[in-house]
Amino acid sequence: MAETMKRLMIVDDSMIIRRRIKREHGLENFSVVGTASDGEQAVALARQTNPDLITIDLTMPNMDGIDAIPLISEACPTAKILVVSALSDKATAIQALSRGAQGFLCKPFTDEELQQALKELAED
Amino acid sequence: MEKESIEVFINSLSNFYRQIGAAEVSVGVPYLLDANQPVASDFTGIIGISGKRRGCVYFTCPKAMLSYLLMSVGESEVTTEHLCDMVGEIANTIAGNARKEFGSEFMISVPVVVQGVPENIHLPDNTRCVVIPTKWKSYQSAIVVALE
Repeated sequence: MAETMKRLMIVDDSMIIRRRIKREHGLENFSVVGTASDGEQAVALARQTNPDLITIDLTMPNMDGIDAIPLISEACPTAKILVVSALSDKATAIQALSRGAQGFLCKPFTDEELQQALKELAED
Repeated sequence: MEKESIEVFINSLSNFYRQIGAAEVSVGVPYLLDANQPVASDFTGIIGISGKRRGCVYFTCPKAMLSYLLMSVGESEVTTEHLCDMVGEIANTIAGNARKEFGSEFMISVPVVVQGVPENIHLPDNTRCVVIPTKWKSYQSAIVVALE
């Protein structure tokens, strides 16, 4: 019997980053269920698609990632959240993790770093 | 602006090129800029800075360089939308990575992208504007830092 596909959601205000993660995530048995370009869209999309794994930027228009993470966690309590952000200070990483993210990947990143970070969360 | 602050932005840009597997960037001698004569190339990504420091940081470069960088990150399409997105993301990465040194009170905006050479880019009053010229392959670009 075919294994059920898991759902990956990608949130970033940069189209290039969204396309790159979609192309290079490297996760077997995952399909991208949607992308969003700000926190408001991300919360709505999470409620609609109930993803298993989410990548989310922090600096975004309308609603930033820091505010969106707890709302997404509330809507999808089992979803794993990987922050992918250029904000590289420790305080921000700690804040994101305390609000419900499980991982933090700093931009810029290599394809290998992205794949490793996603794989660790997917297998956790 | 202190020498250490300038180095933070140079390191951020160098890190960006290194991570996408591109050749090393070379950095020219930084110089002070007259706020009435801002430096701008084909595409410019501007990040507003608030919090403990106030002002802006921007990255400006030619279209050909952005096209090359897009291909380096696996993009097959090179539209104006892609070029604007790329320069905004570079500016976001340079400013965001600077928080490693400046801390979370160095607050950054989402990028504003300007295409073409505008008549002027309004730089905040009471700021010292430093231009950091950079060269990658044959392409000239610059980081401009205007902070109180």
